[in-house]
Amino acid sequence: MAEKIEVKELEEVVVRFSGDSGDGMQLAGNIFSNVSATVGNDICTFPDYPADIRAPQGSLTGVSGFQVHVGAEKVFTPGDLCDVLVAMNPAALKTQYKFAKSTACIIIDTDCFQKSDLEKAAFVTDNPIEEMGIKQDVIAAPITQMVKSCLEGTGMDNKAMLKCRNMFALGLVCWLFNRDLSVAETFLREKFAKKPEIAEANIKVIHAGYDYGHNTHSSVSYTYRIESHAKTPGRYMDISGNKATAYGLIAAAEKAGMHLFLGSYPITPATDVLHELSKHKSLGVTTMQCEDEISGCASSIGAAFAGALAVTSTSGPGVCLKSEAMNLAVITELPLVVLDVQRGGPSTGLPTKSEQTDLLQALFGRNGESPMPVIAATSPTNCFDAAYNACKIALEHMTPVVLLTDAFIANGSAAWKLPNLDEYPAINPPYVTEEMKDNYTPYRRNPETDVRYWALPGQEGYTHILGGLEKDGNTGAISTDPENHNLMCHLRAEKVSKIPVPDVKVMGCVDDADLLIVGFGGTYGHLYTAMEEMNKAGKKVALAHFSYINPLPKNTAEVLRRYKKVVVAEQNLGQFAGYLRMKVDGFHPYQFNQVKGQPFVVSELIAAFEEILKK
Amino acid sequence: MTQYTAKDFKKGQPRWCPGCGDHFFLASLHKAMAEIGIPPYETAVISGIGCSSRLPYYMNTYAMQTIHGRAAAIATGCKVANPNITVWQISGDGDGLAIGGNHFIHAIRRNIDLNMILLNNRIYGLTKGQYSPTSPRGFVSKSSPYGTVEDPFHPAELCFGARGRFFARCVATDAQGTVDVLKAAAAHKGASVVEVLQNCVIFNNGTHDYVYTKEGRAKHAIYVEHGKPLLFGENNEYGLMQEGFGLKVVKLGENGITEKDILVHDAHCEDNTLQLKLALMEGPDFPVALGVIRDVEAPTYETAVAEQIEEIKVKKPYHNFNELLNTNDIWEVK
Repeated sequence: MAEKIEVKELEEVVVRFSGDSGDGMQLAGNIFSNVSATVGNDICTFPDYPADIRAPQGSLTGVSGFQVHVGAEKVFTPGDLCDVLVAMNPAALKTQYKFAKSTACIIIDTDCFQKSDLEKAAFVTDNPIEEMGIKQDVIAAPITQMVKSCLEGTGMDNKAMLKCRNMFALGLVCWLFNRDLSVAETFLREKFAKKPEIAEANIKVIHAGYDYGHNTHSSVSYTYRIESHAKTPGRYMDISGNKATAYGLIAAAEKAGMHLFLGSYPITPATDVLHELSKHKSLGVTTMQCEDEISGCASSIGAAFAGALAVTSTSGPGVCLKSEAMNLAVITELPLVVLDVQRGGPSTGLPTKSEQTDLLQALFGRNGESPMPVIAATSPTNCFDAAYNACKIALEHMTPVVLLTDAFIANGSAAWKLPNLDEYPAINPPYVTEEMKDNYTPYRRNPETDVRYWALPGQEGYTHILGGLEKDGNTGAISTDPENHNLMCHLRAEKVSKIPVPDVKVMGCVDDADLLIVGFGGTYGHLYTAMEEMNKAGKKVALAHFSYINPLPKNTAEVLRRYKKVVVAEQNLGQFAGYLRMKVDGFHPYQFNQVKGQPFVVSELIAAFEEILKK
Repeated sequence: MTQYTAKDFKKGQPRWCPGCGDHFFLASLHKAMAEIGIPPYETAVISGIGCSSRLPYYMNTYAMQTIHGRAAAIATGCKVANPNITVWQISGDGDGLAIGGNHFIHAIRRNIDLNMILLNNRIYGLTKGQYSPTSPRGFVSKSSPYGTVEDPFHPAELCFGARGRFFARCVATDAQGTVDVLKAAAAHKGASVVEVLQNCVIFNNGTHDYVYTKEGRAKHAIYVEHGKPLLFGENNEYGLMQEGFGLKVVKLGENGITEKDILVHDAHCEDNTLQLKLALMEGPDFPVALGVIRDVEAPTYETAVAEQIEEIKVKKPYHNFNELLNTNDIWEVK
């Protein structure tokens, strides 16, 4: 091991931390992402955690993973396969090895590869490396022992010491990639600000891991450096999709000069939005943890009636429960943002996994003619803009809006250039004017936009009633008149269809693509990367990725008809393809559908698209 | 300050059946609101679904008739978002206690300053005659032709079980008694539950007959008043005393009992044991309690929410979006 270690320059690298769900892999992964982002690399992360409350220790179902893709240039996905796999126990090695490249370096804690550990992971021999036919470099380090000796004399008990194992692995990975540990130190000191002794213990262990790599040169042939290429100058932070969504809501409320009200009920994977917003009371944000999903939506409608920017956050099963109340917002024409962080369904399904299977539910999952704008965020950082735009549309067009994200982009994170709120469009709700006083009725509309005017309780001269019953468009009184109902259904639909949305952009071989890839929402990174790689390989493909689902961009039909072949790729059984067929006459796309609860794999996309090109 | 009359709160022509208790209650509500004196434009009346939930259509205030069972949740959001608005929630026994039971108990538990009116006719009227969660066991209705095999809720018990701080009861036909409890409910800061006993002339006629007429109330009702002895009867000849874990009816003058022996009503008592006993009294052995049975002050939810926001504004150094961004780990690309 004495030979000189060569430093290789890489354009990008994928690291996957995996271990038992109690092993702190999410934290190690997060810190590594931060450290990398701070030196100017681009990052895209994917926490892949089990749904079990706490599976038996060391079991195959209890493995928690965190994958981070670090690049010199922009990276759009967490990567298909990893260059470094950290496997803290045999179960992690067994379940996560499939994510390792043939050239990967694998780090294991040999202290956790004892007979009983191997049995729990259903190994039959005492040599898991051989048993699995692993040919890659393996750094087999007695991590547990080294952590214990490193922390000897600190007065920490065994259990507390073992909690620092993740930091040893992190230190080792930091050494592999020549990372400066000071960022990790700052991160830990902040995270454990109230327990400085824990912070210092963790820092000690990171250094031990780093030094171990340095001193032993481990059993690898190289260490790596990832340069940072020119990025747009500015200030950056690492942000997850859920946090970006929360920030977008806060920004919109500030821009509109309104109070933000969130009515919510905890549900995976949306709860972090409730957590995040609950922290920011100093910004005047009100969050209510309600008694159920229905109340989350209903209390938000009450808050909207009173004049707040009202939001309710949930995932698919929660949307089922909220849908009756969402319809009340449709017919009362009150602004409301319904956030659906999609997860695997149906029913409780795969709570921690990601799908795009709520699209048709968002569009049509309610009784009656119930038009509702639907916006789908395309990446962790795009959640900010999508949330901001959802609020703008809700407030300016007096309508509930469904904002779709998914577990993948909600939990994943990426480097985010801090936005300048001054550059964001103004938000102007259609408040009543002084001239309307004393002859206001709530369903009189702006004839151009079909948007009604908004009067708030407390304003003298505008008392009125809203309700779930159909009402006369002029007087606001209950009406069962057939002509009036017909008119009101049309008006509510036209109001939504008149909402201006930007054209869908075609990327890649815009002029001469043989295949147009079409997607929506959180699959953007994978579809974009597939397109880019195919273009690099000389294949003429383009991508049209949708964020605005209802109304669709005006150029949708033109774009879809422009190319000989079109494939709609989505993480469901063809919901968007079906919707586009309904909206665009004569549209018959190829389909790529996967509902595995996992992100797309770029190589699989490319293989499928190449097949279509051959047809 | 503007003086209001009942007319200022009136709107439209009610469409309930002739003789329906809702008519009586509506008139008392208009009168009570005028006497309370809060402007119509600072008042919001929010209901769910059912006969009684049509009521907001006859209010010249801000109003919303919502969806079945959700009035308490919607009223909650309205009050929290703007605590300056006086919010009245109108529900029936089906709307409030069946489909909306969860919101009912949680609004009470949180102690949101809502005036929660429960119009109890022990029947589903709008859907034409099914038993409700307050219909007595054995009740025969369209959906229980052989009688129900389940026990009803007592609204007071549910309210107290949810830690209710205000509970009052009135009879729809008793205008003064209704106005009095509505005013008391409005004056109470926190969730005020008012159970209104009312008749459904079509599907459950006579359900509250015992106390529905003036004569009936004179014999079978006891108007409870804080600080006053619990006396009732046409000449106040009966009273209530404690006996063991319960109450008993006594006649003044019998067995040497005088007014001094009679239990004095304490609506402000934190311990709700005796208040619950009063609320659960039924004929024929006991009178039906009307008036303010419980009225205990406690912090309200919307005030606590607003106070916490003010407190955190002082403690946390960021007060706008840009300052929020700066609380993160940020790096600069030049």
